[in-house]
Amino acid sequence: MNEHNVRNFNINFGPQHPAAHGVLRLVLELDGEIVERVDPHIGLLHRGTEKLIETKTYLQALPYFDRLDYVAPMSQEHGYCLAVEKLLGIEVPIRGQLIRVLYSEISRILSHLLNVTTQAMDVGALTPPLWGFEEREKLMVFYERASGSRMHAAYFRPGGVHQDLPPELVEDIGAWCDPFLGTLDDIDELLTGNRIFKQRNVDIGVVKLEDCWAWGFSGVMVRGSGAGWDLRKSQPYECYADMDFDIPVGKNGDCFDRYLIRMIEMRESVKIMKQCVNRLLGDARVGPVSSLDGKVVPPKRGEMKRSMEALIHHFKLYTEGYHVPAGEVYAAVEAPKGEFGVYLVADGTNKPYRLKIRAPGYAHLQAMDFMCRGHQLADVSAILGSLDIVFGEVDR
Amino acid sequence: MNEALRDLSAYIAEVHPELVQSSDFAFGELTLTVAPENLVAMLTFLRDDVQCAFVNFIDICGVDWPQREKRFDVVYHLLSPRQNTRIRIKVLVGEDEAVPSACGVYPGADWFEREAWDMYGILFTGHPDLRRILTDYGFEGHPLRKDFPTTGFVEVRYDDSAKRVVYEPVELRQEFRSFDFLSPWEGTDYVLPGDEKAKA
Repeated sequence: MNEHNVRNFNINFGPQHPAAHGVLRLVLELDGEIVERVDPHIGLLHRGTEKLIETKTYLQALPYFDRLDYVAPMSQEHGYCLAVEKLLGIEVPIRGQLIRVLYSEISRILSHLLNVTTQAMDVGALTPPLWGFEEREKLMVFYERASGSRMHAAYFRPGGVHQDLPPELVEDIGAWCDPFLGTLDDIDELLTGNRIFKQRNVDIGVVKLEDCWAWGFSGVMVRGSGAGWDLRKSQPYECYADMDFDIPVGKNGDCFDRYLIRMIEMRESVKIMKQCVNRLLGDARVGPVSSLDGKVVPPKRGEMKRSMEALIHHFKLYTEGYHVPAGEVYAAVEAPKGEFGVYLVADGTNKPYRLKIRAPGYAHLQAMDFMCRGHQLADVSAILGSLDIVFGEVDR
Repeated sequence: MNEALRDLSAYIAEVHPELVQSSDFAFGELTLTVAPENLVAMLTFLRDDVQCAFVNFIDICGVDWPQREKRFDVVYHLLSPRQNTRIRIKVLVGEDEAVPSACGVYPGADWFEREAWDMYGILFTGHPDLRRILTDYGFEGHPLRKDFPTTGFVEVRYDDSAKRVVYEPVELRQEFRSFDFLSPWEGTDYVLPGDEKAKA
């Protein structure tokens, strides 16, 4: 075969490929085994969330956020709640803040566990997912015990959280922390020094910091490239300012650094969870979990039996809903995958006029072409794994 | 935080008064309104100036105001990790006007502009590849416009005899119910049923 017969060819990766992490279709242009161009086709899971939210009241819009990044549902709810609270100008009481932080960190571990272990599976290791999913199962039980649902919790509400946690649940969460660190050590031991895992990840998908910023990366993606940037530290929300934790920062900006950061972040999350548990059982043992503003937060059942005003509030909140003053705000949280932002335009009625969901995965996935060029075909799944993509939030 | 934003706004207005149409503070956030032709100059300045350093691109989105003459807002969110501030840039455009693409300044603007085109039909000049992104292959219309019905126009199903997916006009078993939750005591703009003769 002479030179003239050699030509590039295209292959379709997905939408049913197991390493595509959902419904991603990648059109790859290959020169031999080298990737020349990547064209991600997304939108196969597009449900029109933003359009639907425009037809719902502020409370009805909340459960849609669970269905975005369904690996860490409560982090999304958190972003939305912060946006609504910013417009309404209401404060969450300290116990509510602690519960939110506790569950945000549970969500972070849920997401990182899934990502780290399935990334290992993408490059050939089968055991880590089995170990990781066992722990995820326990965390989902904590979700269920707080909200009644394993995934689609609808637990964070504008003004606070839906219901208080029983002390046994808080104790169980506290008792879960230390054994989990042992599991994490096992996974660490299995992967971090593993020769195959390193060969597949070290120096793959390297991104420079200035490229990270310009491509709109956030979260682990910028920390892997050497920026000590974390919204929990730099623009603290809730009571993160009182928490003692560290931000791991990478050096090389490759897939392996991003893996290491996720591993360390899980340990830091456990650290934060322990502090929350201590305070929830200590100085914040009693107290309201959501704002006492009856115009936004529905009353307790018992109160409704005795107070006419509470009954009226309940009726108004579950029919008309509350009105949010006109204006526009942008609120962001450090979701496990990066900066999850909500841009909310309110027109003074009981429904959002426009709500834009800024999903971190969307910005990360669009850089696939930029990151994969010149890599081997097999590296595509390693890079995709390290981007931490979930299609619920990319396609919305 | 507010002080820093006010300083920033004053600084931008001082260095480039010709670029800023208006600046606005609300809820601790700074919004600058910019004419479409000045957008790229403004973004480049915000990215490259040492005192601004808005190097991190966050978001582009459209907002539809059908009753307005210039129908769309195109809203840009930027973040400066060095100054630890955020800024919002707003451009007003009509239905048949185009916005210059920000892809040259921020490569990450690519998909966000494609999404704004897909959802609102906002045109971006100079965009390398302005295709639809989230909607179906061969989709018609711009679904996030306020005049696009939430139920859409077509639905799909798998036809067992044709052995393929077929598109059909939407057939609703029940009319789409858009409830009017607003209290009639707080000024409706329609006449309440039974109130027709009660004109004062």
